[in-house]
Amino acid sequence: MSIDLKQFHQAFFDESYEGLDSMEQSLLALSDEDETDPELINTIFRAAHSIKGGSATLGFGEIASFTHVLETLLDEVREGQRKLTAESIDLLLQSCDALRAMVHCLEQETPIDVNDSKPLLDAFEAMLNDSGQSAVSEPQQKEVQKNLDDSDATVISSAQDAITQTFFSGDDGEQNDDHGEKRWKIVFKPEPQILLTGNEPLRIFRELESMGDLEVHAHTDQVPNFDQITLDECFIHWTLFLTSNVDQDEIKSAFDWVLDECDLDITLSESGDDDTVDTDDNVNTETRLQQDHINLDNRGDEITAEDDYGESASDDLEFVRASASVVAAKVIPEKTTAKKPEPSAAKSTSAKAISESKAIADKKVTAPESAQSSTTSIRVGIDKVDNLINLVGELVITQSMLSELGNNFDLEKLERLSHGLEQLKQNTRELQENVMRIRMLPISFAFNRFPRMIRDLSNKTGKKVDLIMSGEQTELDKTVMEQIGDPLVHLVRNAIDHGLEMPEERRAAGKNETGKIHLNAEHKGGNIVIKISDDGRGMDPEKIRAKAVEKGVIDAEAELSVAEIYDLIFEPGFSTAAEVSDLSGRGVGMDVVRRNIKALGGRIEIDSEVGRGTKIYVHLPLTLAILDGQLVRVGREVYIIPLVAIVESLQIKSELVNRVSGNMVLYRLREDNVPIIPIHKEFNIQADNTALDNALLVVVEGEGCKIGLLVDDLLAQQQVVIKSLETNYKRVDGISGATILGDGSVALILDIPGIITNASRSRRRNVSPRAA
Amino acid sequence: MARILIVDDSASMRNMVAATLQSAGHQIKDAADGQQALAVAKADRFDAVVTDLNMPVMNGIDLTKQLRAIPNYKYTPILLLTTESSMDKKSLGKTAGATGWLVKPFNPEKLLETIKKVLG
Amino acid sequence: MDAIIEVAEINRLDKNDISLEGIDFISGGNQYLTFRLCEEHYGVDILSVTEIRGWDEPTLIPNSPNYVKGVINLRGVIVPILDLRIRFQIGEASYTPTTVVIVLAVKNDRMKCTMGFVVDAVSDVLNANSQDIKSAPSFGGLVAPQYIQGLVNVGADVVTLLNVEQLLKLDDEGLHYE
Repeated sequence: MSIDLKQFHQAFFDESYEGLDSMEQSLLALSDEDETDPELINTIFRAAHSIKGGSATLGFGEIASFTHVLETLLDEVREGQRKLTAESIDLLLQSCDALRAMVHCLEQETPIDVNDSKPLLDAFEAMLNDSGQSAVSEPQQKEVQKNLDDSDATVISSAQDAITQTFFSGDDGEQNDDHGEKRWKIVFKPEPQILLTGNEPLRIFRELESMGDLEVHAHTDQVPNFDQITLDECFIHWTLFLTSNVDQDEIKSAFDWVLDECDLDITLSESGDDDTVDTDDNVNTETRLQQDHINLDNRGDEITAEDDYGESASDDLEFVRASASVVAAKVIPEKTTAKKPEPSAAKSTSAKAISESKAIADKKVTAPESAQSSTTSIRVGIDKVDNLINLVGELVITQSMLSELGNNFDLEKLERLSHGLEQLKQNTRELQENVMRIRMLPISFAFNRFPRMIRDLSNKTGKKVDLIMSGEQTELDKTVMEQIGDPLVHLVRNAIDHGLEMPEERRAAGKNETGKIHLNAEHKGGNIVIKISDDGRGMDPEKIRAKAVEKGVIDAEAELSVAEIYDLIFEPGFSTAAEVSDLSGRGVGMDVVRRNIKALGGRIEIDSEVGRGTKIYVHLPLTLAILDGQLVRVGREVYIIPLVAIVESLQIKSELVNRVSGNMVLYRLREDNVPIIPIHKEFNIQADNTALDNALLVVVEGEGCKIGLLVDDLLAQQQVVIKSLETNYKRVDGISGATILGDGSVALILDIPGIITNASRSRRRNVSPRAA
Repeated sequence: MARILIVDDSASMRNMVAATLQSAGHQIKDAADGQQALAVAKADRFDAVVTDLNMPVMNGIDLTKQLRAIPNYKYTPILLLTTESSMDKKSLGKTAGATGWLVKPFNPEKLLETIKKVLG
Repeated sequence: MDAIIEVAEINRLDKNDISLEGIDFISGGNQYLTFRLCEEHYGVDILSVTEIRGWDEPTLIPNSPNYVKGVINLRGVIVPILDLRIRFQIGEASYTPTTVVIVLAVKNDRMKCTMGFVVDAVSDVLNANSQDIKSAPSFGGLVAPQYIQGLVNVGADVVTLLNVEQLLKLDDEGLHYE
């Protein structure tokens, strides 16, 4: 077999992360609810089940055995034999982490340390072995955790062995005692409806034939009269003689799928009475009994390994003994139980679709915190892909139309040609936009890790936390998303650790015991702004200042604004080991957070009020995002002004121009006086027109103030794809990025807030004489 | 070669089964749940169906029942792909009309052999 | 060393495609692409050369140093174009039909960067073993020593091998961010 299973590894990893994320979310949802939603349990079960199936097939034994235990437990929950308690949810959540770590190891091709997951496995085993089938009691669980080191290794390894055995026994144990040729007599009486399951007796015979010499006797005595024959029923039964060295099990395996639908006797035929095709009842019962024993023996290990509760062992025994009709009878009540979740499943379809899309969303970012796994694949909603396919389809039509035109071109077709080219332009633009959208993912990818984190933190600190998230659908480029995860985690940790007070303290301060953490994301002027706010104790600028002086971060005499003081907490060396707590002290300080955000071309701001809480704003560029832009021309250069920043464009009336304080030129725009900034002066380039009269002014707004940009010409408005200048160059003042225009040339995108800050700075500079 | 429909909610499992069968020259279509599979099956014809048991929206057993009710699929081999060795599930599948089952983890040779068997 | 430096004949296929006839790609030793800045010969590790393009007016970057000519679109990536003649203060920066842009890329743990460099002409591929490479004299010269990997004698000429990684760093002349 030339199939290299390795090619499926990445898909399995991706899928496992995804499954684990949806498992985690469902577990969190379960812990929030009083009623257990069967669909949530099903989702959790399916995730474990899929991971088990995949890992076992790909030979990832550690994961397979671990998920097997999970699955067994979850199956009991699903079947209503076990209740999920808060403790077991905690354990399951921990096992998500453990599995994630294992998958991560596989992905990195580093060995999995089974000892890491052993305490968990112990706890689960203990749960499963708890014959009361109620949840493990708290002390018991603690015990298990405590015994982590001296846990009974043999029990586990043997349990694992058993599991591994059931999983990896490709072929059922063959106990060929003697290899001599034997002559087997097989009496096969299918039930009439056997054909309805697509089972074809001939197929079975062919298989038997492959084992040795086969002799088939058909008994047609049961065949009704011709007019009573129905096509899909089988009235024939057979006696077969197989001369082969195979054993009884192998023969039986050929009938594996039809065991419930036939009478089957397999006996060693004595050389004496061989050719007699008899149907002696005595013989039949005897062999059937014999057969039962064999069945039981074979299923022995399966029963002990898989079904630790004795009940199903007897079920299996039942099954083996059962004739088809008994099975059918037994099935009926089960059918109803199996069916039960269906209506609710249908009802919750839409909800599930959402949670599934969230699960997809979650995947990329919820990697183990320690290592950032930047997976190279991306999951894209099917609608986005369908859109692309449609667009490509249109493109193909346009292309064939154009080549048709070109085949036999004369001037009369000119109009059709230009029409076709217009269409091509349209197609291409749409295609480009849609392709770019593939990289954009809702920020919920980054947010979805927080419910779990907050739950854990709240448990650890004893602080009560209510998490509110909004704007999760705000789209952000995948790369930015991957990079922003860790800084956000740190900020949220900080908010809980330093921001929120303990319940008593809150009560004493007249606040609700439960603190609030609010995460919000929104697009603002070509940026995405993520706000992390808490209603905790807030930050006291005086204290920060004092501490900064003490740490030598600033001079005691330094004059700082409140904003500048808040900014100090991002200075390296501000937070020291002495105050590093269990939560925030993970080796990264706020200085690293700021550095990471800056590296993304973003910035971070703090606003705080003592006793009321702190708000942290993270501004991030949409590095690869699409921006609605106004193209403007200055001399030979084309620049792009983000449409969101534009207040209006106007032609300057000289009577509204005022020169003030020597150097500043203001334009009266209704009530406002807007400073005029000639782009050519800012950028030191040539412009066609430097005079103000009748010139074009684009009034833009940013950082809370308005300025007017003097340009030569207003060109088209179009969506542009933002490209980074910093990839190969560096940040340029006044420029937020670049884009590629339709003709392949590069146009720079103006950084309006940057230009405004620059302008105000240079204005200040202009007051004092400039050096050189 | 045969046209085979693969139904599994796990894409990696679907891919593995598909690649295995494709390596033997079979034509493959796939679906992520029973409902999708049913739509695909109705719009097309298949010589065999390989389906997972546990799936969202519509599970493998219900899919089997529904398929059997379609004249085209009355005798089509339907194989259940399952990790559950519990016999209850198998017999449930059998009563629903499944031809047989394949136990996950499948090994590629065994899968091909089984498919060859049911295709006759 | 038996390589002869001569200006390769450059056929302009179209605006940005240039075929380099007369350049022999000989294996063995380290290979350097040599080029001319006025009358001086320079070389860069051939493995860092991603392509050679014709000169094309780039988009200006406001307030950039004079040797930064601007940025171009290189298959969807924004790549800055620097004029080595201006940067090293070697002769006049004129733009003639043989003026080309050598695109250099470095991708390692330390940096990942692609830039284009305007040169007067591409010359040849030079094979040089480490023993052929002499260290540069530490005096004089307009090219700062950190850019120079070494010198190689080729016939009567001297080829200055440049350190590409250093070349792609924008950290001289106060170019450093902030």
